[in-house]
Amino acid sequence: MTPTDRTHRTVDVLVIGAGPAGLAVAARLAAAGVDRVEVLDREQRAGGIPRHCDHTGFGLRDLRRVMTGPDYARHHIAAAIRAGAVLRTGVTATGWAAPRTVDITGPTGLERITATAVVLATGARERPRSARLVPGTRPAGVFTTGQLQQAVHVHHQSVGHRAVIVGAERVSYSAVTTLRRAGAEVAAMVTDQPRHQTHPARHLGTRLRHGVSLVTDATVTELTGRERLESVRLRHRDGRTAAIGCDTVVFTGDWIPDHELARSAGIALDPGTRGPATDPEFRTGAPGVFAVGNLLHPVETADIAALDGRFAAAPVLRHLAGVPWAPGPLPVRVEAPLLWISPNRLTPDGPRPPRGRFTLRTTRFLTRPVLTVSQDGRTLHRGRLPHTAAPNRPFHLPADWIAGADAHGGPVRITAD
Amino acid sequence: MTVTTTGDLPDEVYDVAIIGAGVVGAAIARELARYRLRIALVEASNDVGNGTSKANTAILHTGFDATPGTLEARLVREGYQRLTAYAAETGIPLEPLGALLVAWDREQLAALPSLAEKAARNGYDETVILDADAVHAREPHLGPGALGALEVPGESIICPWTTTLAYATQAVRAGVDLHLNCPAGAITTGADHHEIATPRGVLRTRHLVNAAGLYSDEINRRLGHEEFTVTPRRGQLIVFDKFARGLVDHILLPVPTALGKGVLVSPTVYGNVMLGPTAEDLDDKTATGSSADGLASLREKGARILPELLEEEVTAVYAGLRAATEHGDYQIHADPGRRYVAVGGIRSTGLTASMAIAAHVAELLGDCGLDPGPEREIEPVRMPTIGEAFPRPYQRADLIAADPAYGTVVCHCERVTRGEIRDALTATVPPGSLDGIRRRTRALAGRCQGFFCGAAVRAQFEAATAAQDRTEARR
Repeated sequence: MTPTDRTHRTVDVLVIGAGPAGLAVAARLAAAGVDRVEVLDREQRAGGIPRHCDHTGFGLRDLRRVMTGPDYARHHIAAAIRAGAVLRTGVTATGWAAPRTVDITGPTGLERITATAVVLATGARERPRSARLVPGTRPAGVFTTGQLQQAVHVHHQSVGHRAVIVGAERVSYSAVTTLRRAGAEVAAMVTDQPRHQTHPARHLGTRLRHGVSLVTDATVTELTGRERLESVRLRHRDGRTAAIGCDTVVFTGDWIPDHELARSAGIALDPGTRGPATDPEFRTGAPGVFAVGNLLHPVETADIAALDGRFAAAPVLRHLAGVPWAPGPLPVRVEAPLLWISPNRLTPDGPRPPRGRFTLRTTRFLTRPVLTVSQDGRTLHRGRLPHTAAPNRPFHLPADWIAGADAHGGPVRITAD
Repeated sequence: MTVTTTGDLPDEVYDVAIIGAGVVGAAIARELARYRLRIALVEASNDVGNGTSKANTAILHTGFDATPGTLEARLVREGYQRLTAYAAETGIPLEPLGALLVAWDREQLAALPSLAEKAARNGYDETVILDADAVHAREPHLGPGALGALEVPGESIICPWTTTLAYATQAVRAGVDLHLNCPAGAITTGADHHEIATPRGVLRTRHLVNAAGLYSDEINRRLGHEEFTVTPRRGQLIVFDKFARGLVDHILLPVPTALGKGVLVSPTVYGNVMLGPTAEDLDDKTATGSSADGLASLREKGARILPELLEEEVTAVYAGLRAATEHGDYQIHADPGRRYVAVGGIRSTGLTASMAIAAHVAELLGDCGLDPGPEREIEPVRMPTIGEAFPRPYQRADLIAADPAYGTVVCHCERVTRGEIRDALTATVPPGSLDGIRRRTRALAGRCQGFFCGAAVRAQFEAATAAQDRTEARR
């Protein structure tokens, strides 16, 4: 065998990423009679992030019941296999040999797989401390939620005695649960926002059950400690500073899509989400390449990702049937303080996004904002959001205006006042 | 082969003991291992290359800009040749990209001819002065306003971690004792040998080499010398995501002016782009933290040099301390009466000069009465490929066919396989921490910084450490 020997195969659909979105699209396609649907995951086990979220709350929107993360992962794995999809774990897509041809590394060797359709479902990750440019020393005891959950729930490792959590959104509260499970005390949650960004009941429950205090309007300015973390220094918006003694800090949220494969294919990214720019039919700019799940919207809950997979099946089937590739030509852009919108390309006479709406994020709290959709100075839609838009939580924009957009005009702009 | 991390030191008198297993100390140990000598390499921390050596700008310098006539100029020039050859032989990642000293104003542009002249006086004749168009043609992503550049084709990027590890590995395999977790305390110099107090007992040696980096002045004073004082000079660095690698093809060096050296932008052998360093004189030899001001100033300077760089994600931030002294040159002194050689003031050029420093120190030890006996061949070493210039194990069908562990990727961002981590854990000089694994394999060094693989790598490390403890307990 020479160093570069590769086996070469073809499949109908290659799904990269066996989290809820990838498994859901594979299950639908296989059930619809597509012969060769293959799902790859670089982890040793399929299931994606829910695999190590050992708490309940999964499945409400797609399965109409509530279960734990690991059970939810198992459900989707079983459904994909039952439908006839081939599921392979411990194999990594390392790059592209051609537009729909992917190079793979696994314990059985190097492969090259050509597919009629490729579905990217590679998910998202949290920005680590370094990417957030938090200064200070580089001691042990610095985590993201992803690493923390795997350490505690998968590998049963110790994580320290006293922790500070950076962030106060949904996943931050999961980090509290995980830390408590691991026997660590949570000294404080810290957010740069004026209040938490989770469900009020969740926040109250955490405060009552675990006595966790929330420090708002504060940013982490420094980590101290040599071998092990000793403290986290904070600065409040009003200039006050403080240090909290702790041996563990968890940087939560601040998601970025794991877009390496998409970007290395030269697929255009959306400047807001940093995931591939996609239209309501999950089409990227590369013919035959679809994208689903939290790669597109960092991040929605697992069940929303799974629904993406379910909705994407029909467009993938149309592509397999030979319908010409014509992704939405019009970019949809948000302006500050909005952060992103998904989907972010559209065809005025094409279908609306699933469930008839776009999903958005804001960088700060907006009390019942008026959302305006315009194109080349022309207003296509204006409407007041019936509730407060909170950072790190989804809110939605109805899509009934898209037919009014000009397919040959400039980008569609979304503003909030 | 002996590497110890705990327990009493052996009850013997070494011919030579070297304090400090950084790139310089390890190079000296390797150099001396070519003779039939009993050598101890002692290190305060739990790993080789764990101080200044692990956090530098990773450039192999031609020595074009050294001060002509200095010891540093000679050793850098000689070290460049030696390490280039050694890297090819051992597989230390090295890429001869060449450097551009980019002039951003008239003063800098005017300085280029004298820099070319200085290079020639240092024996380096290959520099070329480029005009603005030529600079932008070579580096299309360079910020606007570059007026010209001095091209130095020989400047290269290298893996500092593998370099130190290769020296130490080869030395240990040739019979050098490496004692880790062994900080040097009081030193008593007798007529026949030195006695160095350590928490692990007394180390006895006839000859002593001080390669203690930031602490070399303190060791030097224990021997009654006061030639230099180390003032740590902190350099903060930002490492950008691999997607930035396409933005730059050369090492972009600043033109040194009266106002200081400025910051550089350079690709790394791992496929990232590095921005830095700052230069801050400090009193604290442990101040390896980054600061908000330092990072902000780097980003501001980087935005001028390579504007698109700042749009990429940051993978890592770190700070290193250079062992600067009040002198302009290396401080390498022999005290034949005490059978002692001090190797101090080895600044950021120390990586390049390491092998030449080692040869120089070996000569000085001769002046101190060390009779090394006949030279012998030592076994060559071949280091794992952790650079991007050659195929990595995950790209090698032949390796994976022989051992599927090389096809199991554990660290996804850096594509590090289970087989490579296992190899590092069972190598001649095994890692003492997760950071040690990172420096040997690149695991945990990628854009997610452990989000995906942190727990799995730790599990593999802890399993290997537990297995080692069991083996030691049985002994």
